Amino acid sequence: MVNNKLLEVKDLKKYYPVTGGLLARHLGDVRAVDGVSFYIKEGEALGLVGESGCGKSTLGRTILRLEEPTHGEIIYRGMDITKLDKKELRGLRKEIQIIFQDPQSFLDPRMTVGQSVGEALLIHGMKDERERARRVTEILERVGLEGQHALRYPHEFSSGQRQRIGIGRALILDPKLIIADEPVSALDVSIQAQILNLMLDLQEEFGLAYLFIAHDLSVIRQVSQRVAVMYLGKIVELAERGEIFENALHPYTEALLSAIPGRRKGPRILLPGSVPSPLNPPAGCRFHPRCHRVLPICHEEEPQLENVGGEHGEHLVACHLYRV
Amino acid sequence: MEKAILTIRNLKTYFFTRRGTVRAVDGVDFDLLKGECLCLVGESGCGKTVTALSILGLIDTPPGRIVDGEIYYNNVNLLECSPEQVRRIRGKEIAMIFQDAQSALNPVFTIGDQIAEQVKLHLGLNGGEARERAVGLLGEVGIPSPEKEVDYYPHQLSGGMKQRAMIAMSLSCDPQVLIADEPTTAVDVTIKAQILDVFQRLRETHQMSLLFITHELGVVSEIGDRMVVMYAGRLAETATVTELLGNPKHPYTAGLIRCLPDITKARGRLESIPGTVPSLIDPPSGCLFHPRCDQAMAICSQEKPPLVTVNKGHSVFCHLYNGGKSHGEQ
Repeated sequence: MVNNKLLEVKDLKKYYPVTGGLLARHLGDVRAVDGVSFYIKEGEALGLVGESGCGKSTLGRTILRLEEPTHGEIIYRGMDITKLDKKELRGLRKEIQIIFQDPQSFLDPRMTVGQSVGEALLIHGMKDERERARRVTEILERVGLEGQHALRYPHEFSSGQRQRIGIGRALILDPKLIIADEPVSALDVSIQAQILNLMLDLQEEFGLAYLFIAHDLSVIRQVSQRVAVMYLGKIVELAERGEIFENALHPYTEALLSAIPGRRKGPRILLPGSVPSPLNPPAGCRFHPRCHRVLPICHEEEPQLENVGGEHGEHLVACHLYRV
Repeated sequence: MEKAILTIRNLKTYFFTRRGTVRAVDGVDFDLLKGECLCLVGESGCGKTVTALSILGLIDTPPGRIVDGEIYYNNVNLLECSPEQVRRIRGKEIAMIFQDAQSALNPVFTIGDQIAEQVKLHLGLNGGEARERAVGLLGEVGIPSPEKEVDYYPHQLSGGMKQRAMIAMSLSCDPQVLIADEPTTAVDVTIKAQILDVFQRLRETHQMSLLFITHELGVVSEIGDRMVVMYAGRLAETATVTELLGNPKHPYTAGLIRCLPDITKARGRLESIPGTVPSLIDPPSGCLFHPRCDQAMAICSQEKPPLVTVNKGHSVFCHLYNGGKSHGEQ
């Protein structure tokens, strides 16, 4: 448990300043990620679930330093990513890769699939064209495409195939960790199952760790070993998959689970209103204005993420209901 | 059996493009009964939305054209009506909610103005009455302070609120038929639960018939009475929701249900349907699903499957239930 942490994030914050007025005064911050801590073990899939605007994508991008963190540490195999310079960062990106929701948007329409997938090899110093082509073919076949597809352009592929290309592109440098940002939410159900299966197979074959970001709990359940639930920039609950799905503690997680259409066990918990602005989050617990089990203390004091213990080990929850 | 308020017979809507004819909807039949919620289910590109747009006469011509079929609304064939007659029905008697409320609302008018426009046009109300009605409708769909929000512009509302405003707008003239095209797809799960709740309440208060288009079987099980499954522009299976989800007959429907991630299942591989949806320009011969079907027989690539009634109200287009016989041998 101590030594096999691949990635550890400590008190990570990402604020976007809001300025206005004549002198561009600093009016406040959009606290997209506001003090998040977690770790991912080697070869483990951590699911990160939350609604739009909760900061889950920002968190994923900040880990790769596609966004500069405002505060906190991101420790990958003992080194702090936040302190790396540009060159060191390039080396790191060999080990951590990202898959996006919409592969349409990150594949260059004027590059062949082979060029897109092989680009990273070139950047990382593989000058031999034939060797590159061989690797590209190998990877394309591994993700369920054909070697000859390398010569085609992105528009010739369906969205499911494009996501396979995206996975191939992430995989080509043999990374240890893949950040998958909503990789299946734009796909049809029958294709979604194909892509999830591919990701599960690859995890086993290459010993990959995933940070699997999604808004769909049933998808999260299919791939994750542990699950973190995020609300308005903070993790509110984090536990083993079984714990989250059988024994959810946080009222927000309860509501999320009960809202899955057609799959709920108990009555549907309807949350009033919508997610508040991260520019001006509510005082106390950020969830209290929508909570169905709110206590007086929730209005004043912000609950911390604490281990309350579960059947399957650690169960972290940030909620006054479970304070010991 | 209840009376059908909307009857679709052999509807064919094709798009004539430079690359060839896209058979987006290719011979679709179904009835929407009075007071029921019928779900139209299928993956993207299967023709769900084109079917809805055909009903409302909103197919862009060119490139699209309804080449064959009949659409009866209260026994009037909409395809034979004049544009003027259709205009009087559309929005008033048959209303539609679009998937993307953001792009369906006009950004330069307030929500109230946009609702008022319809009721002034169709019901002849004056400004004050129209505004009052708008406030009432917004309250009904669960907008917290309608007197205030009636004067909001679309950008001032969140996604869920915009979707509610769209629903209020579609209800403004008390339609007989409401067509909802993926109204819960673009919103978060907690908001989705709120919107489904609104629909369920409205069905009770407004005695309307609902044609609910979605690709989510979970949503169908919450709201639908009967459902129609479409694949590549044709029908695959029709039955009541409980019958179809519990006892699917068509290999495509069965596959769809199996490949749903299910929170009651263990972690691990899902079943999946191999391949992708076929091209509608150059569709496969025989049954359109046969290249992806795990139970395909020789006949499936040769002949269009017949409609087989397997149970009361449960019919399926599949050779499997016809004893593998061709049409001539029936």
